[in-house]
Amino acid sequence: MMCGTGHEPEPGGAGGTDAVFAALLEDSAEELYETAPCGYLSTLMDGTIAKVNATLLGWLGLTRDEVVGRMRFADLLTVGGRLYHETHFAPLLRMQGSVGGIALELRTGEGGRLPVLVSSAVKRGGDGEPLLIRTTVFDARDRHAYEQELLRRRQEAEQARRQAETDRGRLQEALAVLQRSLLPAALPTVPGLEAVAHYHTASPDQLGGDFYDLFPLGGGRWAFFLGDVCGKGPKAAAVTSLTRYTLHAAALHDPDPVAVLTTLNTVLLERYSAGDPRFCTAVVGTLEAEPGGDRFTVRLASGGHPPALVLRANGDCDFLPTPGGVLVGVLPDPTFTPAATTLSPGDALLLYTDGLTEARIGPERALYGEEALQEFAAGYAGASPRALVEALTGLLDGFGDGLDDDTALLALGVPAPGAAADGPR
Amino acid sequence: MDVLRRNNVTVTGDPQGPAVVLAHGFGCDQNLWRLTAPALAEAHRVVLFDYVGAGRSDLSAFREERYRDLAGYAQDAVEVCRALDLRDAVFVGHSVSAMIGVLAARQAPEHIGALVMVAPSPRYVDDVGYRGGFSAEDVDELLASLESNYLGWSSAMAPVIMGNPERPELGRELTNSFCATDPDMARVFARTTFLSDSRSDLASVRVPTLVLECAHDAIAPREVGAFVHAAIPGSELVTLDATGHCPQLSAPEATSAAILEFLARRR
Repeated sequence: MMCGTGHEPEPGGAGGTDAVFAALLEDSAEELYETAPCGYLSTLMDGTIAKVNATLLGWLGLTRDEVVGRMRFADLLTVGGRLYHETHFAPLLRMQGSVGGIALELRTGEGGRLPVLVSSAVKRGGDGEPLLIRTTVFDARDRHAYEQELLRRRQEAEQARRQAETDRGRLQEALAVLQRSLLPAALPTVPGLEAVAHYHTASPDQLGGDFYDLFPLGGGRWAFFLGDVCGKGPKAAAVTSLTRYTLHAAALHDPDPVAVLTTLNTVLLERYSAGDPRFCTAVVGTLEAEPGGDRFTVRLASGGHPPALVLRANGDCDFLPTPGGVLVGVLPDPTFTPAATTLSPGDALLLYTDGLTEARIGPERALYGEEALQEFAAGYAGASPRALVEALTGLLDGFGDGLDDDTALLALGVPAPGAAADGPR
Repeated sequence: MDVLRRNNVTVTGDPQGPAVVLAHGFGCDQNLWRLTAPALAEAHRVVLFDYVGAGRSDLSAFREERYRDLAGYAQDAVEVCRALDLRDAVFVGHSVSAMIGVLAARQAPEHIGALVMVAPSPRYVDDVGYRGGFSAEDVDELLASLESNYLGWSSAMAPVIMGNPERPELGRELTNSFCATDPDMARVFARTTFLSDSRSDLASVRVPTLVLECAHDAIAPREVGAFVHAAIPGSELVTLDATGHCPQLSAPEATSAAILEFLARRR
């Protein structure tokens, strides 16, 4: 009986090898059994140990007399191992006649444990009756330590993954709260006007830099703005916050759109002049209901922002040009271009950020562009601001991965006569 | 839901005979009855099944919230009895299945008329005034053994075990497949089995009951057998001269003889 290889070398060959093999044959089977580098034991079918080799006795710290005829194989195991033996090992051995490579632990002399790999086979008599069970026991300390190491690493990796997921969730929640703080919770109700906004967040992991607002100036006048801070992330968000409150305060002080943008320009230059320039684009404007009528006068100015679209009740859809307006926060003495228009019933003004027009579409990943937007919006000329924004939201969703930037939309319109203020026509 | 498929139900023996349901315990599957079932099948309709999560049951039906309680396994047993419309069946439960049988008989008296409890234990962990034979740490050790020995199970092989019960040549290659199961499900069953306490359920048994214990059982010692016998009103106790926790394998003739005698006395 050999451990491992299962067959003995055949004597043969020529010359010197004969002598080597002869020396090997001096290695008696009995000595091999006793001092083999693995444990051997034979038990009766009920597990009572009938024979055990010296190697195994040495591992156990027991004498032959303490073991043979007195202990069962399961007695050598830890209690948990015994449970496993009774529920898995023994039944399998009975059914299959052999079981191999099962990891168990032996209880050793001084209350220690020895991880082992156990294989057993049933020896049958000539009539097929099971006679005894032969078992081989391998020292598996190193393998066990290695497996424990693997197991621990796996558990650590699993733990780290769970922690990372939790952290990411917390971060996203914090970012979402922060992002919401940069936008109005809800738009105010402006008598005789319908105002609808939409904010598309490109990534929950990143703060976007788009912003908008609509607020009263008193005396039947209202101010609005929409813009885009260059860059993303916490630094951009800080600029967004500063920009938003500066615009709000400046408009209350002097609602003239060019004056508001000029104030913002001064503030951004002052705050970020030292080596870390920060700038933005924005459209700022006021709304004023015409006396006795249902029309609104719009005055606005743009600092480097894509032009607003005006949708008329008669189906026209044109950009409101603001040529020459420069980025806000770059030049000490900038030019901002004013423009004005009047919104009659059924008319609407659409402000948007370049996330929309710079989306990539189709297999060519071509820019969506202002022309396509104009064409699309023309289909909603005369419709309510809500219908327009809902259509644009659907358009944005349809862009899929082509839309990789945040996008803000703000539509301001005078409801057409007889139209429900909130519903599409 | 096809319960017969889900629980890999096999029916053998005399279709007209009284029904005997053989339920496996924690560890392996219905194959554990293969040496005992033939003697019973001569004059009985023998029903074998695998609990969900064991053997060739439909592993996709496993829900931890159901099977972390013995009642979930009892539900399997009741649904199998119901699917076959068994009447007055004798439920033979090995090990933890003996206690599952108690719950099933209480829930479905219309299906189950008698119990045979093979090597039962209503609680494995020691308690004040009660010796189950194990500590909570021992159960943790068992869980560690499960962790170290997937016994031929692997996620890649599960579909082979599941999908080809009719191709025995595959079965031959699948060494240890009788005990092969998803380690996560085995862990749930191990916890449910060894951490449950069903002692208070014993007094509720109202059907004729045979307690079949082994003389030398490392998992359910004789004092536990005596406890079960004493707690179930009118139960019979038979001690088999057998070693180990699986008399249906180590002493199949004596086991089937004891069950057949109990069945004969019921007539």
